[in-house]
Amino acid sequence: MNTPALKEWPLWEVFVRSKQGLEHKHCGSLHAADAAQALHMARDVYTRRQEGVSIWVVPSAAITASNPDDKGELFDPAADKIYRHPTFYEIPEEVGHM
Amino acid sequence: MYTQAMDIPDEPGKKLASVSTTVSDQEAAFEARIDADGRIEPQDWMPDAYRKTLVRQISQHAHSEIVGMLPEGNWISRAPSLKRKAILIAKVQDEGGHGLYLYSAAETLGTSRDQMLEGLHSGKAKYSSIFNYPTLNWADVGVIGWLVDGAAIMNQIPLCRCSYGPYSRAMIRVCKEESFHQRQGYEALLVMMQGTEAQKAMVQDAVNRLWWKCLAMFGPPDADSPHSAQGMRWGIKRISNDELRQKFIDATVPQAKVLGVTLPDPDLKWNEERQHHDYGQIDWQEFWNTVEGNGPCNKERLATRVKAHNDGQWVRDAALAYTRKQQQRAQKEAA
Repeated sequence: MNTPALKEWPLWEVFVRSKQGLEHKHCGSLHAADAAQALHMARDVYTRRQEGVSIWVVPSAAITASNPDDKGELFDPAADKIYRHPTFYEIPEEVGHM
Repeated sequence: MYTQAMDIPDEPGKKLASVSTTVSDQEAAFEARIDADGRIEPQDWMPDAYRKTLVRQISQHAHSEIVGMLPEGNWISRAPSLKRKAILIAKVQDEGGHGLYLYSAAETLGTSRDQMLEGLHSGKAKYSSIFNYPTLNWADVGVIGWLVDGAAIMNQIPLCRCSYGPYSRAMIRVCKEESFHQRQGYEALLVMMQGTEAQKAMVQDAVNRLWWKCLAMFGPPDADSPHSAQGMRWGIKRISNDELRQKFIDATVPQAKVLGVTLPDPDLKWNEERQHHDYGQIDWQEFWNTVEGNGPCNKERLATRVKAHNDGQWVRDAALAYTRKQQQRAQKEAA
């Protein structure tokens, strides 16, 4: 099977863990020929000032994103379920912190 | 400024369509979000003119960062000490990084890196006028940091609140790094000003040559800036050219005093009533002449940039060929 002849280096999304114990956070994207090169370039582009201790790179084409038009259906149903938050419940003061 | 796109008139017959007369639901939702100072993200619906304006501004901003490496890059091999050389390399590398953040932000709007580079290399897309002036002595490198990056910071801080999410996030990253650029330049000049008479004269000479060009970087007066009003309406531009220029002048005058240099403007003086500095006439003819490609270094800068890109073609090709070979090998092994 032939891989399609690319003219541009494909796009990668870069995620950086700023320190041990924190999550990897999306910080931007870049073009690179392959994963190893993407990691190398991410180091130069996004961590020149000790911004990270770990990097993930993901081909941008591999990301499935929710459609902004579905925002209502996806997220609005959570708006009226305030009983999912601890502040919904009144606890007598003498119980103290719970 | 690095984002002079707003100030450059469209080619005749290619005027951006402004807000259309029939307002669709999508357009109403977009306008409502802009009015509420909300952010627009890549997948959101946006008017074509908003998209085009952003592509133009962000790509030209990116080009400015990339071309901006050239005047300073000339001095890497001539820096007066290892310390200054290391600082300059780090700064020039930052500029390259800023270009990459911005190209990525523009790509989220549906343009490609190749298209943008084609625009730059063919001379169709502009970059900041300031980089079309030569860097004649070492003090120019200091003055670029102090004044050119100082002016860039003035312009870029409000862009951190730009209505387009990816652009504003890129600007936040850029601004964090830019402060080092201004400080290293100012500090390099402070050191020179404690040196010999000849060194002090170099600093004054660099300030004399670059001061007016820096003021012009903010773009023409508000009345003559063709896209400013629409840019303001859309939350792309937050503060007007004249207002930013005034802020820059007011901030710079005391810095010049500490440094011990004169700013080359006989009309520059504090206006008690306005609580701002008055300043002299900017030579706009000279600015437009440079924007239109006839500045002292336009041809040289573009030629250097195109040559660097072409000389790197084999590297890009080789990297892709290597990737394809690896993929084919992996597929064969899996079969």
